Amino acid sequence: MRYSALSILRQALSGNRGWKPAWREPEPKPHYDVVIVGGGGHGLSTAYYLAKEFGIKNIAVLEKGYIGSGNVGRNTTIVRSNYLLEGNIPFYEFSLKLWEGLEADLNYNAMVSQRGVMMLAHSDGQRDAFARRGNAMRMHGVDAELLDREDLQKMMPYLNYDHARFPIKAGLLQKRGGTARHDAVAWGYARGADSHGVDIIQHCEVTAIRRDEKGRVTGVETSKGFIGCNKLALATAGHSSETARMADLRLPIETHVLQAFVSEGIKPVIDNVIVYGGGHFYISQSDKGGLVFGADIDYYSSYAQRGNLAIVESTMEEGVSLIPGLSRLRVLRSWGGVMDMSMDGSPIIDRTPIENLYLNAGWCYGGFKATPASGFCFAHLIAKNEPHHVARALRLDRFERGYAVDEAGKGPQPNIH
Amino acid sequence: MASLITCPHCGRRPKEEFSIRGDAVPERPTPVASEEAWHAYVYLRENPRGTIREYWHHAAGCRRWLVVERDNVTHEVYAVTDARDLAKGGAA
Ligand SMILES: [Zn+2]
Repeated sequence: MRYSALSILRQALSGNRGWKPAWREPEPKPHYDVVIVGGGGHGLSTAYYLAKEFGIKNIAVLEKGYIGSGNVGRNTTIVRSNYLLEGNIPFYEFSLKLWEGLEADLNYNAMVSQRGVMMLAHSDGQRDAFARRGNAMRMHGVDAELLDREDLQKMMPYLNYDHARFPIKAGLLQKRGGTARHDAVAWGYARGADSHGVDIIQHCEVTAIRRDEKGRVTGVETSKGFIGCNKLALATAGHSSETARMADLRLPIETHVLQAFVSEGIKPVIDNVIVYGGGHFYISQSDKGGLVFGADIDYYSSYAQRGNLAIVESTMEEGVSLIPGLSRLRVLRSWGGVMDMSMDGSPIIDRTPIENLYLNAGWCYGGFKATPASGFCFAHLIAKNEPHHVARALRLDRFERGYAVDEAGKGPQPNIH
Repeated sequence: MASLITCPHCGRRPKEEFSIRGDAVPERPTPVASEEAWHAYVYLRENPRGTIREYWHHAAGCRRWLVVERDNVTHEVYAVTDARDLAKGGAA
């Protein structure tokens, strides 16, 4: 069923009794051309583009929970492409371009809002670093503007400009960045994939990867029985080490928990996405009025979808330090998502040493904005067996080859990327 | 919840006093070990879901390196041992 103003009108006149579920709930078939493990944003977008752009029809997505239960529904919904490094900028810009056409492509309202992403600089050195980053972006054809303090004071009068330790010196603005409604992204891709014939199988946990005597994957053991496949694709960020272990692979990844928070709903005050450069804090206002914000990971390895109070406290301190008025608000909810922290802070979209096993992993806490490009590039890799040109730096073997993509220059220390 | 860590030297202390280095299982290869061995040591991790051992530095306390054995799903802490005692053959 195509969604349109006319369909809303027609349904309204018939008491809204004609709406159909957005996707089917099929039983798994015994065999597929491609099985994707993980029904998060990346797994669903991979399935969607495989079917739509690369002509593969016999696809299943296996999800151990329900669609939207993992990180695709646990992030702070920010989309942007303001990266520095050659290996990253074209990839994230490709993703932002896909975001810009996503709703028309999916025929689904994902509430993509290009409200601008502002990264604040609090020292002369940081301003210079942002100028460099902005130049790198513009050289790749990405929009970037360096604003001074006076510009910022007009745009965002509520910030603490004269903080004794972290005064605000400048801001790097990407106007095309913004937010999207995360659940709608999951639902839109699920509906889109389903409409192209993809079987989305929820509550189906993969427990083992079956391989033949030559080492090739023949299928997966699941809580709904054995499912055979020609190609197996893993998109289980947060649990990538656990799924890869089923195929005897060790990954350059540690799992950590990241918390996020939302305040009570208030009238519109924060128009953009704001990123605090004095520490690590980011905030935007949802269309419901709640302020959505987050900060650092919890620093220790964790597979629990809940976090530690020390980070709750430091997040609030950073927020109030940047926006003193936040102290008047109440936090409504907080939650945690577990993520693959890779050894250089960048993701992996690659083949593996096993011929017909493909890996999409290591998204750290930047996975949401990458959802469209991650799926498109992973689909390209699976269908053609060669990397999409914007994802060619995101290889699994880049560490042993000496080509880490370390955006923050922090070295192989996953808990500080 | 691993909000409080019992340092063998300082007693029960809040998590914020510690700096966390990460996985305590990989063993540093010799300087002449192969590139594969060094790559595995620096970059590859088992990253199990369940009981793990990590290096924690009591940075705002006794400044000793500790090995914390804990569950990364329940956040329960099982043991905290001075890293040197462990290196000398003690049990975590
Ligand atoms: Zn101590």
